Amino acid sequence: MARASDWSNGHNVTDSGSGSSNFGLDRPTSASSSAEPAEEEAEVLAEGAVLDLTADETRLKVEAALATLDNELIGLAPVKQRVREIAALLLVDRARQQFGLTSSRPTLHMSFTGGPGTGKTTVALRMAEILHVMGYIRTAKVHTVTRDDLVGQFIGHTAPKTKEAIARAAGGILFIDEAYYLFRPENERDYGQEVIEILLQEMENERASMVVIFAGYPDRMDTFFSANPGLSSRVPHHIAFDDYSHDELSHIAELMVAGENFRFDDEGRDAFDEYLALRMELPRFSNARSVRNAVERCRLRQARRLVELRRPLDKSDLITLTATDVRGSSLFDDAVPQPPEDSDGSRSDNGD
Amino acid sequence: MKLRYGALSYLPDLTDDEIGAQVRYALAKGWPVSIEYTDDPHPRNIYWELWGLPMFDLDEPDGVLAEINACRSTFPQRYIRVLAYDASLGRQTTAMHFLVHRPTDEPGFQLIRTEGADRRQTYGVASYATGAPAGRRYGAS
Repeated sequence: MARASDWSNGHNVTDSGSGSSNFGLDRPTSASSSAEPAEEEAEVLAEGAVLDLTADETRLKVEAALATLDNELIGLAPVKQRVREIAALLLVDRARQQFGLTSSRPTLHMSFTGGPGTGKTTVALRMAEILHVMGYIRTAKVHTVTRDDLVGQFIGHTAPKTKEAIARAAGGILFIDEAYYLFRPENERDYGQEVIEILLQEMENERASMVVIFAGYPDRMDTFFSANPGLSSRVPHHIAFDDYSHDELSHIAELMVAGENFRFDDEGRDAFDEYLALRMELPRFSNARSVRNAVERCRLRQARRLVELRRPLDKSDLITLTATDVRGSSLFDDAVPQPPEDSDGSRSDNGD
Repeated sequence: MKLRYGALSYLPDLTDDEIGAQVRYALAKGWPVSIEYTDDPHPRNIYWELWGLPMFDLDEPDGVLAEINACRSTFPQRYIRVLAYDASLGRQTTAMHFLVHRPTDEPGFQLIRTEGADRRQTYGVASYATGAPAGRRYGAS
């Protein structure tokens, strides 16, 4: 936790009474939990020593964070693989430090590319947790920004705005959503380029313990990175989020419904699967987000159905989503898929 | 003569890490932090120039340190202090302030005796540096 400790010295002033030469002020080397020995002061392990990584308590915490990632997110095998690799890299890096082997701090700036609703933001949150546990960043905080938060409206407005965003994300993750909007080749006076330059400068900075994640849709992110080779070369980790398959989506729906304390009955589940198949064919399908919206509308129809029953309700009435609730969707009205404006998967599905 | 001004002023000059720790303390208390500079070190001079705007909504001191460094490089020969303002009802005042930068050469203060009626004597102090007009004190800057 060397990084995490850098600023924490104010809290345990009395811990290091030994350093009398500095007025009893704790030097920045002592870790935030005073029981843990300071990394810089920790003695270097002997040449022949053996380090058991499985016994490392940080590893256990990382394992816990990775387990939540596994349980919370369906599919996304390549993403999980990559996150595990990064965690392993940091773990080995720590072990190397304990042997006194110095190496430069690994750069962990990332780009997340994937369609809408594939879990980029959720993975960023988990990533913050993992990096924090590993001591790579000081807080497990994700500061999400879009173009509006970075680009100013007039000359000289952009730099302070960008620096402010960087200051707020300090010690955590700066998550730039829809990052390709920063680059507008059609307008050469666009201030987005200035943002990119400031970000580059900050990303180069060894001392800043901030991780920048660029997120966006794959095709446009490719153009974005190819237009900014300097940026691309400073982002070593490109993680692609694939669209979900039908099975994964129905699994996700199952989890979502359970999370809201509802459940599908058997016909309801079949109907929802059918609904998904239809919805996936339509344009502007946004994966898990569309599923969430569909579930929300099922709840709406269930509520209407229950009110119209005009009889006392029991618990199972309240938690069951039936086939009627699902088939109320206008997607089922006619077999021919309509343009989304007319269909049930209309406005709320598309923009958000 | 080393100017002793603000909190922590009888400690050795704070390192950046120590400044960061103090700023972190202020931010954790919810006090917005601002940076001010001056070339008039008189102890009664409370109105220093504000560097940028007060910094709101921060959690980590990195941004403040970046601004301190920007101010230092712009005004290497001024006094720079960091203030934390407590806006909570009933306090609404500066909760702490301390020096983070000083000019390389501090000439100190002159004791001025003024004789009044009936040989009554009043005292004052004036920095030797303030002999020059503002902006031209402490050498270069």
